[in-house]
Amino acid sequence: MVLSVERLSKAYGGVQAVRDVSFSVAAGEMVAIIGPNGAGKTTCFNMLNGQLSPDSGDIRLGGSSIAGVPPHRIWRLGVGRTFQVTATFGSMSVRENVQTALRSFYRENFSFGRAAGARYVEEADALLERVGMRDQGERACAVLAYGDLKRVELAVALANRPRLLLMDEPTAGMAPEERGALMQLVVDLARRERLAVLFTEHDMSMVFGYASRVIVLHQGEVIAEGLPEAIRNDARVREVYLGDA
Amino acid sequence: MSGSALLLQFLNGLAGASSLFLIAAGLSLIFGVSRIVNFAHGSLFMLGMYVCVWLAPKVGYWASVPLAAMLVALCGALIEVGLLRRIYKAPELLQLLATFALVLVIKDFALWAWGPEDLLGPRAPGLTGAVPIAGRQFPQYDLFLIAIGPAFFVLLHLLLTRTRFGILVRAATEDREMASALGVNQRGLFTAVFALGAALAGIGGALAIPREPANLEIDLAVVSDAFVVVVVGGMGSIPGAFLAALLIAEIKAFCIGLGYSELTLVAEFIVMAVVLIARPWGLLGRPIAELRGRDQADFRLAATKPMLAMLAVLALVPIATSGYALVLLTDVLVFVIFAVSLHLLLGPAGMVSFGHAAYFGLGAYGAGLLVLRYEAPMELALLAAPLLALTGAAVFGWLCVRLSGIYLAMLTLALAQIVWSVVYQWDSVTGGSNGLVGIWPAEWLASRPAYYFLALVVCALSVGALWRIVGSPFGQALRACRDSPLRSEAIGINVRAQQWAAFAIAGTFAGVAGSLYAFSKGSISPETLSVPRSVDALVMVLLGGVQTLVGPVLGAALFTWLEDSVSREVAYWRAGIGAVILLLVLALPYGIGGLLRKWSSR
Ligand SMILES: Nc1ncnc2c1ncn2[C@@H]1O[C@H](COP(=O)(O)OP(=O)(O)OP(=O)(O)O)[C@@H](O)[C@H]1O
Ligand SMILES: [Mg+2]
Repeated sequence: MVLSVERLSKAYGGVQAVRDVSFSVAAGEMVAIIGPNGAGKTTCFNMLNGQLSPDSGDIRLGGSSIAGVPPHRIWRLGVGRTFQVTATFGSMSVRENVQTALRSFYRENFSFGRAAGARYVEEADALLERVGMRDQGERACAVLAYGDLKRVELAVALANRPRLLLMDEPTAGMAPEERGALMQLVVDLARRERLAVLFTEHDMSMVFGYASRVIVLHQGEVIAEGLPEAIRNDARVREVYLGDA
Repeated sequence: MSGSALLLQFLNGLAGASSLFLIAAGLSLIFGVSRIVNFAHGSLFMLGMYVCVWLAPKVGYWASVPLAAMLVALCGALIEVGLLRRIYKAPELLQLLATFALVLVIKDFALWAWGPEDLLGPRAPGLTGAVPIAGRQFPQYDLFLIAIGPAFFVLLHLLLTRTRFGILVRAATEDREMASALGVNQRGLFTAVFALGAALAGIGGALAIPREPANLEIDLAVVSDAFVVVVVGGMGSIPGAFLAALLIAEIKAFCIGLGYSELTLVAEFIVMAVVLIARPWGLLGRPIAELRGRDQADFRLAATKPMLAMLAVLALVPIATSGYALVLLTDVLVFVIFAVSLHLLLGPAGMVSFGHAAYFGLGAYGAGLLVLRYEAPMELALLAAPLLALTGAAVFGWLCVRLSGIYLAMLTLALAQIVWSVVYQWDSVTGGSNGLVGIWPAEWLASRPAYYFLALVVCALSVGALWRIVGSPFGQALRACRDSPLRSEAIGINVRAQQWAAFAIAGTFAGVAGSLYAFSKGSISPETLSVPRSVDALVMVLLGGVQTLVGPVLGAALFTWLEDSVSREVAYWRAGIGAVILLLVLALPYGIGGLLRKWSSR
């Protein structure tokens, strides 16, 4: 298992956002976490990448515990992530965003002597090519459409050649016809590079079309887990989330 | 210490707490609704003092207190309507600078109206005696002060919880969108809150009169104390302000009572550090919303060639003159280094430091102490002094990078004020208020042209190095941390480490400027590391423009020249500088660099 999570819990003040959640993700697998708004999906992600430390429970990455380790260290262990609300470097161009991640990957954050601009241009362009943003490399991040920002984030998240990729609503804000292409790209990556992918998504056609396994959260607890087909027909899931239509 | 002495110190602490609470509560209220940290709050306190001393002989002390409060409130309302209203949406840095400009203007106003001497006020009629407590005499007036703090706390609490005005204030503090959706008359509310905060400061000032004379130095002392209280208590929280005022005042009282008055500041610093590490938002504060985003990208003006040309011209100046122009230019070079070092924090790092003079001063004092006390050769002192600045910046920076935005700005100011006080009070080492004299350069550098060349070389190297650092992977990672700490952490950048290093680098270069300054002047005083000096640097950077490194170079040159000519020609030059800052904030928020950019992109 690339990732295994055991009895993870987190409360904000009185709100129990995540309660006793356990699951695991293997290399090459695409696992979706779904659930209504406020189910605790983002909170889970924030614990996985170190932004929050769990109240209890354990997170293991390739066997070693990463619960409570700060995000920059977890990233070095091979975890990439995109955010529900995109986070990019607004004063930089698209390519500079990716270059910054690459320089960090090559441990140059404390390098003073050289000029940063010319470093890893080709590698950055290759990553942008993958997500279909190469021709927009010069544009300022501040002026991009939201769907394009999501793509830039994906390129940035891939810069450390992660073994685990966390994507919080990767296709939100994209045109419907672009969504499938992006998900297909990730599926191919997962297969080809044995990448473990965990994503959340409100668009059910993306979930049932691309996930190899689905975990359903409701009020912080896992209420169902299984193959897409089984989840689609699960009575409890239909009741709390999918709607009994 | 005996039980009775303990009790008396405790009571002294309570009396001090009342006054601290009044000022901090006003600051906190104003911040709560307007998100502006009013630097001029200490000045309003000072105005309260002067107005009270002025009115007391006419109407009696007790009548002068509410009158002072009302006059200061009026003054506050005018400030809100005339200035703050225009800058609610401006970046924090500009807001802080605008209110600092008011500090300068109000100080010169007081100087003009009441003269430079300290003014002793009346004692409070009816409360001039002392009461025996635990076998000692305790002033009646101090007992009265002890009651005043809790009384105002209760009054404010009732005002905020039981009145419509209070409900609106709380709504605006907690959720601004909600408040405006409720159709709150924001404009009126903001003016009223500012007037209320000013009134509290005015009362604080007037009530201080029976214990200390009105003086022109009190403004920054009071406001930095208030910053400490608000940072410790939690921004926007009145109970937090009350608790923190008690804590800080008691610490002060006990340090003084135990005979360790020098330790007061250190103790205050430690308390602040502990609180901020355990609870970054203060004892009772809540996280405040993230900073306003930056609305303009950085740019690097293609200025290498013009800069090199300028360097060549500057190298030729000594041929033409060895007169005063050379002295002034040496000053300019020193302040270019200082401003460019601050730019690293303000620009790429996005950290507002209101205490950068601390590192300038550490460099200057380091140089002075090395040559005077340890008889080090000048060349060695010049090189080693910045290490003292580096140490200071590393220690303070370690604490500062735990905060961001306005908290960071207030903390840097408070820390710088602590350094200033230590230097000011530690007579035996730093020469106290007289400073150090006789810090001269080595013989081969003693002539004006020689020292000028030294300054030119050091300046060129420093600016070049900082330029390089900004453009290096380190500098870009720093920029990344500023743009999005969240994303930076998620791509392996240790945001605090990055910012800490930036702090240390900026402090070191400020120290270089400081040590160069010490040898060029021959003498230094605590003014070298005072808050106004920090603000000078901020103005230089803003005047030039934060977005490019060329900005602070131009800004420092212009500002140094302006200050030199204005302070020789005009009596009230401080107010003049204040006016320049206001003009800058209102009319030229992107500085000269911004203008150049506009022109060059046409
Ligand atoms: N910083 C916070 N402070 C307090 N409560 C929070 C915080 N973040 C999330 N919560 C609460 O925790 C619960 C889980 O939120 P979370 O953001 O994890 O849900 P989510 O499944 O990602 O929802 P969505 O689909 O809307 O993104 C919610 O009840 C939310 O209100
Ligand atoms: Mg979410």
